[in-house]
Amino acid sequence: MPSNATKPPAPPIGTWAPAVGLGWLIPGGGHFLLKRNGRGALMLASVLCMFLLGLMMRGAMFQPQTGDILTTIIYCGGFLGDLASGALYLLATWFGYSQQDVAGHVHDYGTKFLVAAGLLNILAMVDAYEIATGKKD
Amino acid sequence: MPKMNLSHFEAALLFALFSSVVLGVITKKTDRERFRYGLRCFLYFMGAVIGLGWLMYLGHG
Repeated sequence: MPSNATKPPAPPIGTWAPAVGLGWLIPGGGHFLLKRNGRGALMLASVLCMFLLGLMMRGAMFQPQTGDILTTIIYCGGFLGDLASGALYLLATWFGYSQQDVAGHVHDYGTKFLVAAGLLNILAMVDAYEIATGKKD
Repeated sequence: MPKMNLSHFEAALLFALFSSVVLGVITKKTDRERFRYGLRCFLYFMGAVIGLGWLMYLGHG
C-alpha cells in the first residue's frame, strides 16, 4: 500500500556543498566553515595524526584494480578510502610519499591507518552535511 | 619522513584513540555526552583488542 506521507524536499545544494567540499579537502574544514571550531579541530587532529602515522609506518596507497570481486572491493574501496583524505592524499601522492606495498605488520597497519583516516574524514563530512542542513545543532 | 615502528598493541591503541575521538564528536549533542561516548568507544575497542588477543593466544594452544 503506497504511503501518503510526502518526502521532505532535499535541501538546496548551496547550503551544504561548500561545507562538505571543504570538509573533504581539509579534514574538519566544513566544521570550521560552519563555526564549529572545537569539533573541527578535533576532526583535523584525528584525521591528520592517523594519516601521518600511516605515512610514517610506510603504509601503501591503494590503486584501483579490477579482477575477481574481492580484488575489486579491496583495491577500489581502498582507493576511495585513501582519496577521502582530500588534500592529505593529494599532497602525499604528488610529493612522492606513496609507498609500494611491502610485507610486514607495520606496513600493513600503515596501509590501514591511511584508509581509516579517509573513512574518518567521510564521517566528518557527513556530520558537516547534517549541521549545514539543520538536521543537527 | 621518519620511519615509525609500532607493536600491534600500540598501533591498535592509536587507532582506537583517534577513531573514538571522531565517533564521540559526531554522534552526541553535548560535550559531556560526546566525551562519555568517545570514552566508551575507546574502552570497547581496547576490550575487543585484549579479548581477541587472548582468544587467538588460547586458540593457538
